[in-house]
Amino acid sequence: MIPAKFDYVRPSTVEEAVSALQQGGDDAKIIAGGQSLLPVLRLRLAAPSVVIDLGGIPELRRIAEDGDRIAIGAMAPHHDVMRDDLVKEHVTLLSQATATVADPQVRHRGTLGGALAHADPAGDLGAVALALEAEFVIAGSSGTRTVPAAEFFVDYFTTAIGEGEILTQVRFPKYTGWSTHYEKFNRTAQAWSMVAVAAALRVEGGSIAEARIGLTNMGTTPIRATGVEQALVGQPATADSVRAAAEHATEGTAAPSDADAAADYREHLAKVLTGRAVLAAAG
Amino acid sequence: MTATADTTALEFGKARVRKEDARLITGRSRYTDAITPPGTLHVAVVRSPLAHARITSIDTTEAKRAPGVHGVYTVSDLGADEVGMPCAWPITPDQKAPQRPVLAKDTVHFAGEGVAVVVARSAAEAKDAAELVEVDYDPLDPVLDMEAALGEGATLVHPDLGTNESATWVFDSGEAGTGGSVADAIAAAEADPDQVVVRRRFRQQRLVPAFMEPRSCVVDPTGEQMVIYSATQVPHILRTMTTVTLGIPESKLRVIAPDVGGGFGGKIGVLPEEMMTVLLAQKLGRPVKWTETRSESMLTAHHGRDQIQDLTITAKKDGTITGLDVRLLADMGAYLGLVGPGVPVLGAFMFNAIYKVPAYRFQTTNVFTTKTLTDAYRGAGRPEATFGIERIIDELAVELGREPLELREQNWIKHEEFPFTTVCGLTYDSGNYEQATARAKELFDYDALRREQAERRERGDQVQLGIGISTFTEMCGLAPSRVLGSLAYGAGGWEAASIRMLATGKVEVITGASAHGQGHETAFSQIVADKLGVPFEDVEILHGDTASSPKGLDTYGSRSLVVGGIAITMAADKVIEKAKKIAAHLLEADEADIEFSAGQFSVRGTDKGKAIQEIAFAAFMAHDYPEGMEPSLDSDAVYDPENFSFPHGTHLAAMEVDTETGRVNLRHYVCVDDIGNVVNPLIAEGQVHGGLAQGIAQALFEEANYDDQGTLVSGTFVDYTLPSAADLPSFTTEIVSTPATSNPLGVKGVGEAGTIASTPAIVNGVLDAVRHLGVADIQMPTTSQRVWRAIQEAKGRSTQETPVDTHSPGAGLGSIDPNNPQGEVQ
Repeated sequence: MIPAKFDYVRPSTVEEAVSALQQGGDDAKIIAGGQSLLPVLRLRLAAPSVVIDLGGIPELRRIAEDGDRIAIGAMAPHHDVMRDDLVKEHVTLLSQATATVADPQVRHRGTLGGALAHADPAGDLGAVALALEAEFVIAGSSGTRTVPAAEFFVDYFTTAIGEGEILTQVRFPKYTGWSTHYEKFNRTAQAWSMVAVAAALRVEGGSIAEARIGLTNMGTTPIRATGVEQALVGQPATADSVRAAAEHATEGTAAPSDADAAADYREHLAKVLTGRAVLAAAG
Repeated sequence: MTATADTTALEFGKARVRKEDARLITGRSRYTDAITPPGTLHVAVVRSPLAHARITSIDTTEAKRAPGVHGVYTVSDLGADEVGMPCAWPITPDQKAPQRPVLAKDTVHFAGEGVAVVVARSAAEAKDAAELVEVDYDPLDPVLDMEAALGEGATLVHPDLGTNESATWVFDSGEAGTGGSVADAIAAAEADPDQVVVRRRFRQQRLVPAFMEPRSCVVDPTGEQMVIYSATQVPHILRTMTTVTLGIPESKLRVIAPDVGGGFGGKIGVLPEEMMTVLLAQKLGRPVKWTETRSESMLTAHHGRDQIQDLTITAKKDGTITGLDVRLLADMGAYLGLVGPGVPVLGAFMFNAIYKVPAYRFQTTNVFTTKTLTDAYRGAGRPEATFGIERIIDELAVELGREPLELREQNWIKHEEFPFTTVCGLTYDSGNYEQATARAKELFDYDALRREQAERRERGDQVQLGIGISTFTEMCGLAPSRVLGSLAYGAGGWEAASIRMLATGKVEVITGASAHGQGHETAFSQIVADKLGVPFEDVEILHGDTASSPKGLDTYGSRSLVVGGIAITMAADKVIEKAKKIAAHLLEADEADIEFSAGQFSVRGTDKGKAIQEIAFAAFMAHDYPEGMEPSLDSDAVYDPENFSFPHGTHLAAMEVDTETGRVNLRHYVCVDDIGNVVNPLIAEGQVHGGLAQGIAQALFEEANYDDQGTLVSGTFVDYTLPSAADLPSFTTEIVSTPATSNPLGVKGVGEAGTIASTPAIVNGVLDAVRHLGVADIQMPTTSQRVWRAIQEAKGRSTQETPVDTHSPGAGLGSIDPNNPQGEVQ
């Protein structure tokens, strides 16, 4: 388990990091918490010429309120995100989903930005960011740009982050007072999601006024279950109406098949778990 | 200075915290990979990515030029063309045993087989250079399915053998004279309207032993004796087998198993990598180290289980079993492991389990495939047998409409019938199945759970409850040498011990058992402290080094206490016998008047006495000791058991199945094990807990899968799903003790009990939860997908199962496409 040889740089500002990335060219890799990159390096599935460690840039770990948004630095570890009071209050769903990521050791090293930029469709946080319409702040040589979640996830392990660019911050709108739940289904407690459903509801007078539903591992990217959202709005949060709405969960999905679950089983799970997530959120 | 132990506080039975743990837990451990003699060179093995292929060329030019490289070698370069790895268990005289080379010669026979080896200054340089070795292969068809492998015209793993069948071994109670003919029993049952015949096929999936410390070997050739450090369970066997394999005189070898981080049978082998490291050290005259990566371990360390079991049981309609027929196909993998062929044979004596079976036949056909070889894995043959019988007993209960525990009780050996000679000819010395079962039912609240189950069924709850039962026994304490001889095993089953009484009254105990996590240091110290009446802290246990412990047969098959512990007891008896003579001499009394109790030799009816430490000092000084006696208390013993030990127990599992998702949840697990007298209840409980986790994992989580090209697809811990504490409930375990009569301590083995017992309990429970929905069987591991599909099919809905032969594109490590590592890996 020894990686191939690589150079290592640890910049102390985002500007230095961007410039190191541009100098490194195609073979440069960014390391955040290393929970995905290090195993890949050790198995020699990747052999970058240079690894750029963002761990030396303190501002990338900051979690702060910014008007009607909660801005989370890309290098904030999962542990910080799930424990943060602002996140718990205004982006509860993110806190809940983050608490299901792997195990405590991984959550202390792995980062929100690293997980989202890695864009493994089995990762838990993409569906949350997508459902909650987060914004991604990306830094490049010509400054920063902001990409909405709907445009961020492009394909397997592929995002809107361009060559020479670095994800620096993820900004979540506040969902203060929303009812939320992350329903995760996996083979063992610390395994990746076979399928998972992120649900956030605004309930008014016993019926669902707004709904945000995101699906994990039902396609090459996280998927927003807009059909379910539309079917839920205006409905009471009862078992029957929620289950009927959850039947829309597979619309627009392209479930993968693997040894744990073939596509048809995943589709079945997506419907069942969507119903459960919404009912659990609604309490 | 008479130090008298408190006779009321016996060590035997005390739940002592293990004395080795402080060292192990705080990192003061010394594993093989931590041992680096000066000048050590490091090894990386180039391994075949293909399951079956002819090697057309190996180009080592680039690798040899790489920085730090000392050499790159093929098997011929090592002069090892004629070296074959040993198999110690020819189960039949005509067993087909291909030569397993140290590195593949012209053909590779499983994915992961070594092809070449790089030696360099550092492990990193060796690994870098290994990537530069160019091997060209001409692929051959893989051989993956055992039944197909035995068919006409099948591709042969070893064409020179002319067949993929290694051997077929049969036991027939009619022929052996230990019971009736099962063929007659089946024919009679088929003709009799008052009998039933139940036939089932079960599958024992392939498992990875997954010990914590990867295998490692360091060979230092610079001294007079060549020193081999190895992460092995079997240092003594490794020494002898190194001589057998390479011809180095045994007296020139010293084998050390330092701290060893688990084995579960997975470190019972003698490895091609070990022999390769010896050859390299000899050739280069420098210490050489090989340490495998976890990936290499998953791929190439021997696997366990992998059987197809065809069982037929016959019974009268009143429930009385009349016959049992067992036919196994056992996957050996590409070669035969050290004891691999004998693993199914060990199961032969256990399919009849605790039941009175009048007619029995067992047959195993061992088959070669192009997969990693299989060998012992915790329980070795007995978990497979226990699964088969406990599953089919449940099937028989369903067929007869009987309560499964009652049907078991009707057929099991009653406690007053011990000793009982089984249909295999084994004599079970002791047991009390009624007692263990009654206690387990009580702890489980069996009747209440049956009521809850009925209510859930009636209501049609989304989550259904099943109750899984396993009333197991096993034979352990391997083993009586004569029995092993009758089975053509290539060694005996005795164990050796020595006790050295030091001048200052401390005690060194040397055992031939080789601990790798069992707690020998603590348990053996407790035994010796009681026997000699010395403080627990004064006893030191030495093991795992052929220089200090020259004689032994090591640790496997739950033998350390019931064989090794008895040898220690016998050596202690000899110490006492010698000390008694010196005590009598010093106390000027007749030896017959000397009593020994709690470390004190005293003259009967007087207050005169001497402590054993005083006698030890007197023997050391040797100023005054009896004529005709050597001035030493030190004693050796070798114990060869006359019988196995037969622990048993009743295991009950409350299984919840979510019928909507197929998710299985183990809600509660109760086991009451009868392991005879218990030296240390804490260690025994730890063994049971760990054993349960491994057995339950076979039922619910673990499976080593190969794709249609013979590639191991569950090659990392992302894909090979070991459970963690988060996946298992808190177990309720209890011990009852019917002392063994076959050894002086009354002890039985416990190391494998949990693993052997638990797997069928879980699967029986899962099926019990969904059987009313029409589900008849679910293969292991009973994953949520398998359970869901079984329910769908029972409902008459066909589900299209996409054949899967690749990794998930979205499931972690395996998902990274090495040819397309784009994307932002942050």
